[in-house]
Amino acid sequence: MTAQATALLVAFLATVLVLVKPLGGYIAVVMEGADHPLRRIGRPLERAIYRVCGVDPDESMGWSSYSIVLLAFNAAGAVLLYALQRTQAWLPLNPQHFANLRPATAFNTAISFVTNTDWQGYSGESAMSDLTQMAGLAVQNFLSAATGLVVAIALIRGFARRETAAIGNCWADLTRATLYVLLPLSLILAIALAATGVIQTLHPDQTVTTLERAHSQVLPMGPVASQEAIKELGTNGGGFFNANSAHPYENPTPLSNFLEMVAIALIPAALTYTFGRLVGDTRQGWAVLATMLILFVGLAALAMSSEQHGNPRLTALGVDAAPSADQPGGNMEGKEARFGIAGSALFATVTTGTSCGAVNSMHDSYLPLGGLVPLFSMMLGEVVLGGVGTGLYSILLFAIVGVFIAGLMIGRTPEYLGKKIEAFEMKMCAIAILVMPVVVLVGTAVAVSVAAGRAGAANPGPHGFSEILYAFTSAGNNNGSAFAGLSADTPFYDVALGIVMWLGRYWPIVAVLAVAGSLAAKKRVPVTPGTLPTHGPTFVILLIGTIVLVGALTFVPALALGPIVEHLRLWGGGR
Amino acid sequence: MKTVIRPALALLLAMTVIAGFAYPLIVTGIAQVLFPRRANGSLIVEHGRPIGSRLIGQAFSAPRDFWGRPSATLPRPYDALDSGGSNLGPLNPALVAVVRARIAALHAADPGNRARVPVDLVTASASGLDPDISLAAAEYQAGRVARARGLPFATVRAMIAAHAKHRWLGLFGEPRVNVLELNRALDAASTARRGTRPPGAVAGRGAPDG
Repeated sequence: MTAQATALLVAFLATVLVLVKPLGGYIAVVMEGADHPLRRIGRPLERAIYRVCGVDPDESMGWSSYSIVLLAFNAAGAVLLYALQRTQAWLPLNPQHFANLRPATAFNTAISFVTNTDWQGYSGESAMSDLTQMAGLAVQNFLSAATGLVVAIALIRGFARRETAAIGNCWADLTRATLYVLLPLSLILAIALAATGVIQTLHPDQTVTTLERAHSQVLPMGPVASQEAIKELGTNGGGFFNANSAHPYENPTPLSNFLEMVAIALIPAALTYTFGRLVGDTRQGWAVLATMLILFVGLAALAMSSEQHGNPRLTALGVDAAPSADQPGGNMEGKEARFGIAGSALFATVTTGTSCGAVNSMHDSYLPLGGLVPLFSMMLGEVVLGGVGTGLYSILLFAIVGVFIAGLMIGRTPEYLGKKIEAFEMKMCAIAILVMPVVVLVGTAVAVSVAAGRAGAANPGPHGFSEILYAFTSAGNNNGSAFAGLSADTPFYDVALGIVMWLGRYWPIVAVLAVAGSLAAKKRVPVTPGTLPTHGPTFVILLIGTIVLVGALTFVPALALGPIVEHLRLWGGGR
Repeated sequence: MKTVIRPALALLLAMTVIAGFAYPLIVTGIAQVLFPRRANGSLIVEHGRPIGSRLIGQAFSAPRDFWGRPSATLPRPYDALDSGGSNLGPLNPALVAVVRARIAALHAADPGNRARVPVDLVTASASGLDPDISLAAAEYQAGRVARARGLPFATVRAMIAAHAKHRWLGLFGEPRVNVLELNRALDAASTARRGTRPPGAVAGRGAPDG
């Protein structure tokens, strides 16, 4: 790792850490329904929304009602998005006259955007009408992030409340998360990005005549900055353009790159503080954040140092890949000159440790260990910061498993934040944690077993297997990034990945809400000398151990067939 | 069930109006007022016509021009409607073959230059539209460009230095130079020195868009 890479990592962490407390505290205030300056402005709008919907924001729901509302709302979003794609040719705001999408593509994309995955089988420049982009994809960027956020808040309430069945009003939570958290942050970020050169225009595409060859070059235009902002803040990751955040109109400068990385990590990191604040002990939140960041630093360091190596097959041809004052060096295939190695490898770790999936470099062209980092970051269950809301609720599930294991070792009834962890919670945690590995591994196994699955791989040998494994890992974790050589817009992959995304999203969500309801109903047990403290280094180590053990035990065999064997072949001199 | 579906649709509709339409329109309005040039694509305008964007690279292959990053877009390099990378894996024989061909092309255009080739000059960018090359990649080509244009080597190197961007705060970004801007500056210098671009390169410039 170069000194510059280390400095960039430190600057990134410092910026995120400075913002955690103010934003986390603000989210706590918003989600408690308390008064705050933005609400004074937004109140009439918020009230109007409740009136239009015919809901009472103060009516608190049990976990099953909360789940039904959330699922119905997400299903409605998926159906509308599917319908928009299938009819866009006949609807207004389609200046490029794009055709209706094929059923399989529309099915995949509808689920992809509603589940916060934003896996894109289509190419952004040449498939979706403006109406589909605005009324469909962009709206789901907000609503899928709000969905993750409210589930995390509901789980926090499960810990914070006692002897009640109620975990909040889902309608009010969704509305407040969107109006007071996601929209204002997006507005600020979008304008900052536009200042760096991200385009934001309703002008039609620009045709220019190039300098040397007198070709015409069509420069695609569009309202990119507004979509870019929520794409990062909502850990969505669906790009306006095919090249995503590698495209100079989505990410033009090193500064925009830094802003985007911070934006991706911002809300997931801040929610740990929200958690601590709402359960009445901020040390609990810091312990969770420390766990996330320790894992993050390890993964980022591995990615940055791996990619700083030149590809030995290329250096053998006379390529200079050594870092110097004049070049980043390293493995520059699939990377942009302005981001170099540090700005690309750090982005790759941020975007896969969270469930964002935006990319500013092509992960498919990473060296084997560099490519293993994004893959393994997702396999840990999106807890290395994680998605908006999903990161927090997923790591809290691991925390519950961790205290359960510790409880077994010391022979006491496990408890976390004063709530006894019993059979029901453990069953729900096991379901929520295990559904992801099941859908990922079964999906990969099916894909490599059938011709339609194998046909998608673009690269030969173990790398082709990695492409398929990456696709299902990305779908099962609702990440959305890809080893993009894979030809994924086929009926097989559209349907298979669509199903994996749906199960990987909603199965855990219902289980988490069930845990929330069950915990809320419990009494709070007093702290005794025998209580395992869950805010100190011991707990952080326990939690890291639990996460890594579950992730590693599940996925190391699959990784051995892909990146690990590839690494040995690249550096061992084999072919 | 009715108590769920009606509010679900109503909330979806309300959010579509707010997040789908109002939000991007407000951002567009603000960006167009505060940073109109950047919000509209950082276009370079010459004689009232856009000839490119500062942010989007163009294909160069004549010895007299600096070449940019190899581009994997189809059907031709730097096609801005098909942004993306090669997605070739590190062990893929196709990657080794294409890099070998790029090195051969650089050597053919500059037979005397046997320096090791900077990696970014022979590897495809992520977007296929990368506007920059590293300073090392520019220095590597300086001799060829100076000879082809009949400019003193020191002049070309001075122009690289004048257009170089360095790490901001020693931390953000990489040492690099914008290829389109550098080639335009060279054109301006060459024009001042001895007329205009050769006829082949000039044809079509200023012609109506195709």
